[in-house]
Amino acid sequence: MSFLRNLLENTEKKWFAKGAKFERFYPLFEAADTLFYTPGKVTKTASFVRDGADLKRVMITVVVALFPAILVALYNTGLQANLAIAGGAGVPEGWRTALVTGLGLDFSPDSVIGCAVHGLVYYLPVFIVTFAVGLGWEVLFCIVRKEEVNEGFFVTGFLFPLIVPASIPLWQVALAISFGVVLGKEVFGGTGYNILNPALVARAFLFFGYPVQISGNEVWVTADGFTRATPLANGFEGGIAAIEAGGDMWWDAFYGFIPGCMGETSTLAILIGAFILIVTGVGSWRIMFSITLGTLLTSLLFNSIGSDSNPMMSMPFSWHVVLGGWALGAVFMATDPVTAAQTNTGRYIYGFLIGFLVVMVRALNPAYPEGMMVSILLMNVFAPLIDHYVVQAHIKRRKARYA
Amino acid sequence: MFEHYLNLSIQSIFVENMALAFFLGMCSFLAVSRKVSTSVGLGIAVTFILIVVTPMNNLIYNNLLRQGALAWAHPSLATVDLSFLAFLTFIGTIAAMVQIVEMIIDKFAPALYNALGVFLPLIAVNCAILGASLFMIERNYTATESFVFGLGSGIGWLLAIAGLAAIRERLMYHNIPAGLRGLGITFIITGLMAIAFMTFAGIQL
Repeated sequence: MSFLRNLLENTEKKWFAKGAKFERFYPLFEAADTLFYTPGKVTKTASFVRDGADLKRVMITVVVALFPAILVALYNTGLQANLAIAGGAGVPEGWRTALVTGLGLDFSPDSVIGCAVHGLVYYLPVFIVTFAVGLGWEVLFCIVRKEEVNEGFFVTGFLFPLIVPASIPLWQVALAISFGVVLGKEVFGGTGYNILNPALVARAFLFFGYPVQISGNEVWVTADGFTRATPLANGFEGGIAAIEAGGDMWWDAFYGFIPGCMGETSTLAILIGAFILIVTGVGSWRIMFSITLGTLLTSLLFNSIGSDSNPMMSMPFSWHVVLGGWALGAVFMATDPVTAAQTNTGRYIYGFLIGFLVVMVRALNPAYPEGMMVSILLMNVFAPLIDHYVVQAHIKRRKARYA
Repeated sequence: MFEHYLNLSIQSIFVENMALAFFLGMCSFLAVSRKVSTSVGLGIAVTFILIVVTPMNNLIYNNLLRQGALAWAHPSLATVDLSFLAFLTFIGTIAAMVQIVEMIIDKFAPALYNALGVFLPLIAVNCAILGASLFMIERNYTATESFVFGLGSGIGWLLAIAGLAAIRERLMYHNIPAGLRGLGITFIITGLMAIAFMTFAGIQL
């Protein structure tokens, strides 16, 4: 290993050190260096207490926790398309089809490999564009600011492809992730300083700017000329009866074999991720718990109110949590340690209100059958206010105690 | 009836938020949002003026200014239409009300009075307040509805400015690009907050 160490150090001395030719691009070198080695720098002033779980390990833990969801995303994206093709829909023309057939695979929904590869040819371009453009912005800002490139973008970059439909045009991916990274994060000072979740800002940008490509019935399955409503849209039309008539049973939704954004469908895979996040202490269990509680109580309330004209009012809790972005949002988006409330009491309030809002938006707002994205964004906005009052209340209590 | 008022207040607090859906009252929204305590004080002052002024303007408009409104005084006045005076009258009532509120705050909360500074008398030209009166005419609200609408608009504006102030307090430690510090970043935050408030856009009550 000393060979690698020497190579890196020589490169640094020759190209990137102070006064060398590419001094300006030192952040890039530093990023490559710390990929292999823990930084050797030692703290000179207080505080000296450091945790081994630095930013890099925390971010990587989230990415690891996302892997089950990504795997299901690959399989399910292919599966939905192959099911549609088997049902008589056209095979879309283009390099993706050529690649799949060129690998000797067909479009049979029974072949796991075939489905996964078919999903991969849709997932991978979105993923690559997200990273190329998003990381590009990140590096640009780091070079200008003379800061180290950090792992802040990793989680955003892994999350964003999971919350768009497979048929999303790639230029929109580039545009959205630019908006999310630059206006959602970098103008506030970069990683750790953003007020809204950059991945959600990017998605909201697409959702309000280009609604045709991210909502409706045509975008979820990538077979040609095939329209299929998401279970949530069906539920909005006719409740659970309509969802099941559309061919999606509860267990399908739980395992993730339903149409939807690429990575949000499988509640099971996301539960595995949630387990990893909670055990490692990276994700806040308080937020996940209070979102669940908020959703449960609000759906019970709405069930008991009921409505003759609005079937979403009577959708039970068990369906709310397996449909749409609920699980992905609750586990990976709302728990973002930067944009969530920072105090423990604040976290309970923040999560509970997300749970309340998501059911409310789903039931009462006909403009969006999905409510998770906007609910989390809204509570991101109010998280600092919640924290402010939690802290004030704490100060007041302490003052009263020692007065 | 109660349900109707509840819907109206939810509509005016969230769905048609004065600051983040109509972008009214922006001057003080951007300028007085540095500290949560100050902005909450301003928000309460705006809310108070709204709940007094909106129903008051409603009564004035419906009993004095509207075409035929003066019929109660004398039958020959039934064709008189004074509604062209609406803007003038509304600004007058708002300015008078602001004077009174200013005196009250000066007397009972001098710290807040000093913190609000010039923005307290400037509430008189806060577009959110005149806006509420004009919306009230356009939508033909009754006096009670105007009260509920004024209250809801005020609370919505208070919520928005308090949220913005809390975010800006947090931004104090942030490494924001030099050119964007101050108002620049505040505009961007306001835009992002408006995106988040689109949560409620389209809710039918």
